[in-house]
Amino acid sequence: MKLFTIMKDIARNTVCGPVTRNYPAVKRVPFPGERGKLVMDPEKCIFCGICARKCPSHALTVTRKPEQEWKFERFRCILCGSCVEACPKKCLRLVPRLEPEDNSAR
Amino acid sequence: MSMLIPFGPQHPVLPEPLQLRLEINDEQVVSAMPVVGYVHRGLEKLAEQKDFQQDTYLIERVCGICSFIHSLTYCMGIEELMNIEVPPRAKYLRVVWSELHRMHSHLLALGLLADAFGFENLFMQLWKTRERVMDAMECTTGARVMLGSCCIGGVRKDINPEQKKFVLEQLAAVEKEFNSLSRVLLDDYSVKERLVGVGVIDRKTAYATGAVGPTARGSGVEMDHRMTGYCAYGDLGFQPVTEQDGDSYSRTKVRVRELFQSIGLVRAALDAMPDSELKTPFKGNPNGEVAVRAEQPRGEVLYYLKANGTDKLERLRVRTPTFANVAPLLSMLVGCSLADVAVIILSVDPCVSCTER
Repeated sequence: MKLFTIMKDIARNTVCGPVTRNYPAVKRVPFPGERGKLVMDPEKCIFCGICARKCPSHALTVTRKPEQEWKFERFRCILCGSCVEACPKKCLRLVPRLEPEDNSAR
Repeated sequence: MSMLIPFGPQHPVLPEPLQLRLEINDEQVVSAMPVVGYVHRGLEKLAEQKDFQQDTYLIERVCGICSFIHSLTYCMGIEELMNIEVPPRAKYLRVVWSELHRMHSHLLALGLLADAFGFENLFMQLWKTRERVMDAMECTTGARVMLGSCCIGGVRKDINPEQKKFVLEQLAAVEKEFNSLSRVLLDDYSVKERLVGVGVIDRKTAYATGAVGPTARGSGVEMDHRMTGYCAYGDLGFQPVTEQDGDSYSRTKVRVRELFQSIGLVRAALDAMPDSELKTPFKGNPNGEVAVRAEQPRGEVLYYLKANGTDKLERLRVRTPTFANVAPLLSMLVGCSLADVAVIILSVDPCVSCTER
């Protein structure tokens, strides 16, 4: 009969320090290539609308007439990256995100 | 005199809403009746309204635990309909992510089981170890759960040498940590008191009621879809894990052994990965119908796809492993005491949102 088998782990944990980070003082370093936030470069965009057609959650709407408009509903985005792969001008990219979205500018 | 006790849908041990109406006689369960439908989202109907390529991401959201294997099964179905040959490297990468998903799912399930029998410390330790697997997935795909790395014709992402090194480091750490935690799970007196001989289902009943995954293998039914060698499992020399006793302890033991096996499979797949393209390009739309299966952490999942030559599917049907495990669960519960109900439910590892889609 084995009792207190977890004592070894508990003893180890008492000396190894906390596993969690002291957020926000210590922030997690994101992995390169983490899919955190969609960023668009309006200088390069040709408003072709391929991204909107590929988007599985209809988060993107592109209109050419009467004026060129690229609309993005951030809360619908599932960060799959289909639009990034499909973009012929490579004006879309997914960047790592650490901070919550700043909603004050909206 | 018997009385009816509603177990759930909101119960401290249940990770997801599932109700069991238990008929109790003197603290003993006489019969159990499941009531489901609390997290039905209508994903099958929604899948019929989207493009078949967009469905890959939708299908991934059927389950928050085994998401990659859902999208993998769907992609295998479409590939079969359209006769697309997947490149060899993509097959190995699919195995790597499938097994990482199995590892994190088993660690989650074992942690929840520990929580169900009141071993809070073990629960925290297991979930701490699980974070390493989540990091391995995030490093290789850019996301923790919804990997989005499977696509029709192959995979969207590759694993470079630095990522491979990171994954192997994490695997070594997981193996070391889980080695000592598995001793607590399998040898500790207090854990054994709660698991051994609880929720017994014999081999014959397990087979007859249609049990799948660790529930079936814990009763000695040698049934694992990976034995058919889909993706690259055939090249990696896969052998299923089985235990004979059919109780909660057996099912836990199957999960523990499978976790070590998954570590081995990821290492073997990373080592033997050939160099090739990641994706086979294709044109056109699928036509015809197909039923395709794959092994998830909880058992075998079945997808039925019916396409009509347009870009939208006519019908998509998912039979998830938990749905198959509900009938065996009900036969396990008969005769057990009310205090053991939570442990028995968690030993089956139910995924309710998966089941209700």
